[in-house]
Amino acid sequence: MIRTSLGALLSHWRRHPLQLAMLVVGLALATGLWSGVQAINAEARAAYDRAANVLGQDQLDRLVPVDGALTLAEFATLRRAGWAVSPLLEGRLAGLRILGVEPLTLPRGAALPGMPGLATTDFADFLGGRRVLVSADVINSESLASPEVATALAGMTMEPAPDLPPRTLLADIGAAERLLQSNGRITALLLDPARPLPGPVPPGLVLQGATAEQDIVRLTDSFHLNLTAFGFLAFAVGIFIVHAAIGLAFEQRRPMFRTLRALGLPARGLAALVLAEMLGFALVAGFAGVGLGYLVAAALLPDVAATLGGLYGAAVPGELSLRASWVLTGLGMAVAGTLVAAGHGLVQVWRMPPLASAGDRAWGMTLGRSRVWQAGAGLGLLALAGLALAFGTGLWAGFAVLAGLLLGAALCLPAVLAAGLAAAGRRAKGAVAEWFWADARQQLPGLSLALMALLLALASNIGVGTMVASFRSTFTGWLDQRLVSELYLTAESPAEAAAIRSFVEPKVDAVLPILSAETPLMDQPGEVFGFADHATYRDNWPLLLAAPGVWDLVARGEGVLINEQLARRAKLGPGDSLPLPGGSLTVVGVYSDYGNPSPQAMLGLAPFTKRFPEVKELRFALRLPPDQVPALAAELQARFALDETALVDQAGIKAFSLRIFERTFAVTGALNTLTLAVAGLAMLSSLLTLAAQRLPQLAPVWAMGVTQGRLAGLDLARTLVLALMTAVAALPLGLALAWVLLAVVNVEAFGWRLPMQVFPADWLTLFLAAGAAGGLAALVPALRLMRLTPAKLLQVFANAH
Amino acid sequence: MLVVRDVAKSYASAEGQVPVLGGVDLDLAAGQSLALTGESGSGKSTLLHLIAGLDQTDRGEIAVAGVGLAGLDDAGRARLRRDRIGLIFQQFNLIPSLDVAANIAFQARLAGRHDRDWGQHLAQALGLTPLLHRYPEQLSGGQQQRVAIGRALAARPGLILADEPTGNLDEATGNAILTLMLTLVTETGASLLMVTHSARLAARLDRRLHLRAGRLADPDADRVTS
Repeated sequence: MIRTSLGALLSHWRRHPLQLAMLVVGLALATGLWSGVQAINAEARAAYDRAANVLGQDQLDRLVPVDGALTLAEFATLRRAGWAVSPLLEGRLAGLRILGVEPLTLPRGAALPGMPGLATTDFADFLGGRRVLVSADVINSESLASPEVATALAGMTMEPAPDLPPRTLLADIGAAERLLQSNGRITALLLDPARPLPGPVPPGLVLQGATAEQDIVRLTDSFHLNLTAFGFLAFAVGIFIVHAAIGLAFEQRRPMFRTLRALGLPARGLAALVLAEMLGFALVAGFAGVGLGYLVAAALLPDVAATLGGLYGAAVPGELSLRASWVLTGLGMAVAGTLVAAGHGLVQVWRMPPLASAGDRAWGMTLGRSRVWQAGAGLGLLALAGLALAFGTGLWAGFAVLAGLLLGAALCLPAVLAAGLAAAGRRAKGAVAEWFWADARQQLPGLSLALMALLLALASNIGVGTMVASFRSTFTGWLDQRLVSELYLTAESPAEAAAIRSFVEPKVDAVLPILSAETPLMDQPGEVFGFADHATYRDNWPLLLAAPGVWDLVARGEGVLINEQLARRAKLGPGDSLPLPGGSLTVVGVYSDYGNPSPQAMLGLAPFTKRFPEVKELRFALRLPPDQVPALAAELQARFALDETALVDQAGIKAFSLRIFERTFAVTGALNTLTLAVAGLAMLSSLLTLAAQRLPQLAPVWAMGVTQGRLAGLDLARTLVLALMTAVAALPLGLALAWVLLAVVNVEAFGWRLPMQVFPADWLTLFLAAGAAGGLAALVPALRLMRLTPAKLLQVFANAH
Repeated sequence: MLVVRDVAKSYASAEGQVPVLGGVDLDLAAGQSLALTGESGSGKSTLLHLIAGLDQTDRGEIAVAGVGLAGLDDAGRARLRRDRIGLIFQQFNLIPSLDVAANIAFQARLAGRHDRDWGQHLAQALGLTPLLHRYPEQLSGGQQQRVAIGRALAARPGLILADEPTGNLDEATGNAILTLMLTLVTETGASLLMVTHSARLAARLDRRLHLRAGRLADPDADRVTS
């Protein structure tokens, strides 16, 4: 019985292969976009875990210097004083992250990738600095080809260690010191968790908790949450296609269900068979979707890796590996999405009495009856979004606002479009025009799911587009303000700095020293800068808030400037007090600091030197006429052998920053485009499935003297009108979305708020895109209608209904 | 009003070409009514569709009000239907998105001959005045067919083609509908060609023709009058 009944159920799909294709393609696309995003997230998180676990850093406390200076001599002193510490040296060399450790004193909790595999002689070589461990990607990388690295690594054997994070080299601390030319300086002292501290933390050092190293996870969480949100939006849009296809199939099979019930198949058996059929499709489409997701992720991962590297300094490999976590999640989402899309139909099958009406009720009509209910639910969700905005806090509240806004607006769309079409119909003149608008209203229920999908895709395009464009415009202007100086250089030692300074002083308009020290700011790892009192800053620095006489106060050491991130996180503003080494200072100004996730403060040069006397002048900004920059840069390189990292011109930094910025949004841009494509496909799916139901509506009009060509044209125009009306509705929604992204989500995620700017020219492009999506989707059904043989149309009069 | 000469039509099927009409001739004068009877599959509806220009003949000539259909393209045939022919179908085939008033006026407005007074008269005569703002799905079968008759007559066409107009209705309703239709057709002076299975209904028209396997089976039947 089961086999026979299942065969009967499946025969529907053999007769309607296009419907089946839409169901599978919709589900595969939805799963694919979701899986792609999850694959990217999984790859990035695995990279963070590897980075954090290199030295068991997520489990080890450490002592770090207050002013950035700590030496091997201090390590030796502390060891002799009974402190169970182990030195750690971290640095960068030609793009490689160099980690120097002292294996013999490392606490037990510190795992060293590759180390257990080393033979005794190799371990001796490691201790002797003749052998280093490198991540797999380093072996053939360009970094090794640079003369700087090649010279430094001469005579060393490189042992691949697969567990090391990308672009990492692990060496004995002595070897690392030589590679980084750190002259005895080290980064931190790792503490053995099994041994209690023998006394108070020595002066000049602070105890940094184990979780501090997890900052990268915290910082990147918002980025991944953003990606997940976009993935989910794309998934939701795809599920609209699935819902439309499944809904139509349920309606068309209603007579078959009734017959099967009448022939003795119990309701439970029928529901189980339909459920099994749906799960089968879900798994097939799920596997296809996971494969598609792999392709999407592989295409997007290089941009994501560059974004994470540029924004947060997180090293993520550009290559994707197949992970069980996102494969299984993808399949789970495919099944869950199918069940959500088919849930209503399944319940109906379960409850259907054997003598239920066999009528092939119009699927759209069924939906149309719920329009009022939908609009009410939509308004409720919009109200909830308003409440979340007013009373919610944190990133999740921001996403709750977004979800309520998008879903609420989508549910209200059919009612809004119906009202618009009714208004247009009242103004119509002529029989065809009146029929056009009335018919559009009648088609609305059948198309409303696809139009909702289009609304979501367009709104997210407008929202994210506005955010990115606002960001680009603000960021470019901000770069111009922040990077006023023509050249930035970094000396290797105070002696070299002094030599450079005396060399350049006669040749430039101004030499502006920049000093910096890493220090906790309001209990978070931060950085304090010392800067010269100069018109460069007074005239250009991008201040968001300022007390009167801000620059004089900072120069005299009576005030401090803080960045927007610190101001927002610690709720500080002008007049508040900021604790700093050497005593608190009054905040006198807040400046914008896009692209940097960490707290920052700025002091005048003299006050800074007084509080951080150990910090030496190594970095300078130079002011000189722009046309003299190339000549001076060449002179400096020739005289002081400065490399590309030590001498940077303003244009180079700007170009680099903008490149990172563009790549940051390449991923969301790609997801947006894909979502719009899925929405277009949803429209095509709905129009194709409705096409068969349309004939009884169109044939009488044709019979009364409207040609097939004109009918096809009107059908095309109807879809275009609906798509454009949806685009008009998407505009305020998209702008609201942009506002929430800029004023709520970004503030929570990144710590800064950007002014919102609108770009009407972009809207025009999007309106054209909406028209193109609607037009392309309607083209196939319209061409079919135009080419329909009279015999097909005449069948309507022979056996309509 | 209507001239049909040697009209033949066949349709492609899995078994090859299936002949439906094999050379049909008939004439219908202005103001005359003609019943076309025959078994299912005899070609009645096909002939009606060919006369309406809804399909094209394989052979032969059809002329409506002196206009030969053979020389017309799709747009020309559509114009002919719009301007000169009123169609009534067994399944009513109203436009579901328009209310009763708009359905009745639809073809007349398409033809540019909408006469509000005549429309109101038709609605009254057909008993549709209280239903003018209802939609087709809210009407009974008999009410829907009355709307279809109103729509066919609203533009005062010269030729009414009715395909089993009472086939979906019970006998009493069917009789009432036919009476209404004949009264209004007579009032407009139009010619009527009605396809029907029912000899009883056919007997109420001026002339009868019987089709069998695509041919006029009994030419003598042409002389039968009511």
